[in-house]
Amino acid sequence: MDSFLGISYPALFGQLMIGLINGSFYALLSLGLAVIFGMLHVVNFAHGAQYMLGAFFAWFLLNMLGISYWQALLIAPLAVAIFGVLIEKFLLSRLRGKDPIYGLLLTFGLAMTLEGTFQYFYGSSGRTYAVPEGLTGGLHLGFMYLPIYRAWVIVASLLVCAATWYLIEKTKVGMYLRAATEKSLQTQSFGINVPLLITLTYAVGAGLAAFAGVLAAPIYQVGALMGQNMIIVVFAIVVIGGMGSILGAVATAYLLGLVEAITKIYYPQGSSIAVFVVMAVVLMIRPAGLFGKE
Amino acid sequence: MADSSSIKSQWHMTAALAFVCVATLIAAPFFLYPILLAKLLCFALFACAFNLLIGYVGLLSFGHAAFFGIAAYTTAHALKEWGFAAELGLLIGVFVSAVIGFLIGLLAIRRQGIYFSMITLALAQLVYFFCLQAPFTHGEDGIQNVPRGLWFGLIDLNNLSALYYVVATLCVFGYLVIWRVVNSPFGNILKAIRENEPRAISLGYRVQRYKLAAFVISASLAGLAGGLKALVFQLATLNDVSWSLSGEVVLMTLLGGIGTLFGPVVGASLIISLESMLAGSEFPLQIILGLIFIFCVLSFSRGIVGEATRILSRKNSLPNSLR
Repeated sequence: MDSFLGISYPALFGQLMIGLINGSFYALLSLGLAVIFGMLHVVNFAHGAQYMLGAFFAWFLLNMLGISYWQALLIAPLAVAIFGVLIEKFLLSRLRGKDPIYGLLLTFGLAMTLEGTFQYFYGSSGRTYAVPEGLTGGLHLGFMYLPIYRAWVIVASLLVCAATWYLIEKTKVGMYLRAATEKSLQTQSFGINVPLLITLTYAVGAGLAAFAGVLAAPIYQVGALMGQNMIIVVFAIVVIGGMGSILGAVATAYLLGLVEAITKIYYPQGSSIAVFVVMAVVLMIRPAGLFGKE
Repeated sequence: MADSSSIKSQWHMTAALAFVCVATLIAAPFFLYPILLAKLLCFALFACAFNLLIGYVGLLSFGHAAFFGIAAYTTAHALKEWGFAAELGLLIGVFVSAVIGFLIGLLAIRRQGIYFSMITLALAQLVYFFCLQAPFTHGEDGIQNVPRGLWFGLIDLNNLSALYYVVATLCVFGYLVIWRVVNSPFGNILKAIRENEPRAISLGYRVQRYKLAAFVISASLAGLAGGLKALVFQLATLNDVSWSLSGEVVLMTLLGGIGTLFGPVVGASLIISLESMLAGSEFPLQIILGLIFIFCVLSFSRGIVGEATRILSRKNSLPNSLR
């Protein structure tokens, strides 16, 4: 038997692989969103734009300065994180204490401006980014063909998610962070610089989005609108998982990536709406989300 | 405490303002292109419908284009493929958007605050993908060359002034519905929910039902706006259901003044005028809209009418009905 429910093994595993890849990007993005939301109570609509910035940054570095993928993987997130610091310091911090809706609207305006600017200068069409040397080619596993770059994306995403989890749950900085998330004022009264923590949190979240963008550059086309469609799916994933826990966000992201892939096999027209349908069902059964605490 | 003379003077003020508005609406097509005016009115009604939720119930829907767009598609399809008369096509459009509004509202009100916005956004995206793939919407082409026909079998809507007056009448009707809802006991309960939801619950109100009712009213009126838009432009496209349109209506309302009755009209007029001014040029509209967004959120969150009311009410001369 080399087929499963009428689908040949190479096709089946090929689709599941795509599901895991998409899940990897969803995980990195929803992780950043969850971390930012926990600390700032802001739904960062600019997350998709920051993902796009990361990819474009890598593209500039390679094509204008000849800086390689591996260096870009460090430089681009760092640059976007610094940009995030500026956004937090000069824009978001002015909204503290206001209705969280304003944070959403501000970052929405920011996303519009950024994406509009890139669309103006670089058009809507995507640019290709060559797969870095050392990660080209693939492995024949017998039941499927595995492109090495795609395997690397999954590994890198899992590693970064694990590192973020470790940082927040197991280190001292993470402890401060969790304390500030729970009780901001009390944490500050113990002499911890909460405004600084907030700025850093936003920077880390933006950096994570940019990291996902660099990872995505060789797989998807680098274009002004690459983050736009991603972000709404990620919002739905965040609603499904609930923004309460980091592991929950990551697990939900991979799960939904796979759900999307399986839908694509059996009902291709439905793959773009699969995540939203799951969200509707989860809202009916468990409004707080799969891992929500409410 | 207002004495009777000040109430009386407020009524005079309201009546005078209403008169000026109606006179402007009647005279406008003699000075400006009727299609542009009709478009402006459609979006003003759309923004007012959206404002009913954000301004009076405190619910930020980020998916209102779904109702606008689905009604535009339904009306266009009914007129073109089924040969319905315009009034019937509009009615069906409003009905479909009310049904979709009921379903989306039912799910979205299960969560509050920022989650509500994300859920409406995601569910509207579901509607978008449905419209992208359903055969009757004709994908990227949209439904084109929608026949306008006769209004109640009498008035030829291909006469642009006639079209404008029909659209204006219906938009004024929609506006009056919103005005009535806001200034009714029902509207007061909505405001109570906005101010303090737990208290409204503890007073015995079934908050969820009120929210849902407001959501359906808002969705239906957004649908009326969408159906009218299809009639005016003889066109329904994917842009009508896109989330960028949902964002645009948020911006119109924010710029004009959230929670003011007249603000969304001002905001919509400004944004639509800006769009038609920039339509020929290369300059990207999106960047300007984004910057207006940022500016409004940071230092102009009351909006134009909100700020104007604040300045005028210091002099205590503005009627309550406009606040």
